[in-house]
Amino acid sequence: MSNFVSNLFKSNKKLTVDEYIVKKTITSFFFLFIFFGGCIWAWKWVRHQPLDGGIRGGIQQPLRDVLNTNEAVFSKIFSKKHLTKTYPVSAAIKNVRPNGNLGMGNDFDPATWQLYVIKKKGDTLALKLDDLKKLPKTDIVFNFKCIEGWNQITHWAGVKFSDFVKAYGLNEEAAMKYVGLMTPDEEYYVGIDMASILHPQTILCYELNGAPLPMREGYPLRLIIPVKYGIKHLKRIGTIYFDNNRPPDYWAERGYDYYSGL
Amino acid sequence: MKKIDKKHPLAIRWFHWINFPVLGVMIWSGLLIYWANDVYKVGFGDKTLIKFFPQSFYEAFHIPFRLAEGMAYHFVFMWLFFFNGILYVLYTIFSGEWRYLLPNRRSWKEAWQVLLHDLHIRKTKPPQEKYNAAQRIAYTAIIIMGIGSILTGLAIYKPVQLGWLTLIFGGYKMSRIIHFALTIGYVLFFLIHIIQVIFAGWNNFRAMVTGFEVVKIKEESIQIEPIEIEPVPVAEVLEIPQTDDDKGHGEAPQ
Repeated sequence: MSNFVSNLFKSNKKLTVDEYIVKKTITSFFFLFIFFGGCIWAWKWVRHQPLDGGIRGGIQQPLRDVLNTNEAVFSKIFSKKHLTKTYPVSAAIKNVRPNGNLGMGNDFDPATWQLYVIKKKGDTLALKLDDLKKLPKTDIVFNFKCIEGWNQITHWAGVKFSDFVKAYGLNEEAAMKYVGLMTPDEEYYVGIDMASILHPQTILCYELNGAPLPMREGYPLRLIIPVKYGIKHLKRIGTIYFDNNRPPDYWAERGYDYYSGL
Repeated sequence: MKKIDKKHPLAIRWFHWINFPVLGVMIWSGLLIYWANDVYKVGFGDKTLIKFFPQSFYEAFHIPFRLAEGMAYHFVFMWLFFFNGILYVLYTIFSGEWRYLLPNRRSWKEAWQVLLHDLHIRKTKPPQEKYNAAQRIAYTAIIIMGIGSILTGLAIYKPVQLGWLTLIFGGYKMSRIIHFALTIGYVLFFLIHIIQVIFAGWNNFRAMVTGFEVVKIKEESIQIEPIEIEPVPVAEVLEIPQTDDDKGHGEAPQ
């Protein structure tokens, strides 16, 4: 048998039809098994790669590299002119789903809350909610999309981040690459690319359905950024800062895409 | 007597076998994502016939609480699915293979005959070239489904930047439903495909690996010449002087 097989693979041998069939079948299945073996090897290799610098988990570095490549590809079609679809106020639902309470510790004192904006040179603005309410107000009714896959048409209002930047002369800061936001207790934190936070539908939001934000929705001030999944809509903003490197991001450290852009 | 009949070009065999694990990873990672908001079911009124999916199903495949992992794999392997699919379509166009794959005017009628034949209701086998009419329809439909998955996938992935696409598919929710339904379609296709491959037998399956089918040529249709081995006169070889009697009939020396 082995003689018969090895004879088939002698280069100068003239093969009969039967021999050709056996030879081709052996070589073709050999390559198919090599291919499947390669797939299994590649799969195991990926799963054994070190996790990206995440603190408590995250995903394997090669996967993260592709997600970052995806950002490079898809941020090319990002435009300020691409607006999320808006709806009439009547379409907004009343029972808004609060999906998490990260960073909204019970020891929060609304009376002492201030918004801290750390400027490029290190000096910090400390603002009250009334300071923000003096700026032009923008309403938005849009389909809020959670990364889990559900969505709700909801009605929010506040000041456009781009208006806020203009009003406080944060042009130098807005020339940087990223914005970081943190809750007052620093339990929850997100990083957002500058183009997305300056998108005309991104607002520092203080109203839900025409009333002040409920506690569970991040009173007194939260981010509404329709070009991102809900994980980036940080509730109860305590601190805003600017950076050329990616600010830490709670869910990215847990394996989610940093960009999470829609 | 056997004959080799070339059936599947090498490129198509590669596209086919690459697609198999890639689609597998896409469906698996899609399940990890779907679990986080598993709202689909089939039923009427308050009655649920099928829930996508029962808890036992999730547990059997270790689906729960892996959304981030699912999204990571989904958005990595989407590229392989996309490029493999694009190359396959381009190849079938430029090689002319599309002629065997696209349904033609007769296909719809013939596909019915194929179905009846496969269910053993009809005895005679409908005519076919490389693929029968039902295969033409199925293999073209699966490509349209693939394009549908990519487009609805993009509509869910970038519903703001590609808002027009989301709108075409009836909005964000509908895009997600179509994307999910297409996946169910793949699973059904896969099951029928496997059953058909088993029924079609080894020769057909091997063709997807080796590229050829072995065709038996009917014995009566060709004259087979018996192979005759000319006896070599040993005497000639050994240069033994020959007598007249044993000329041409030499025996091997003892």
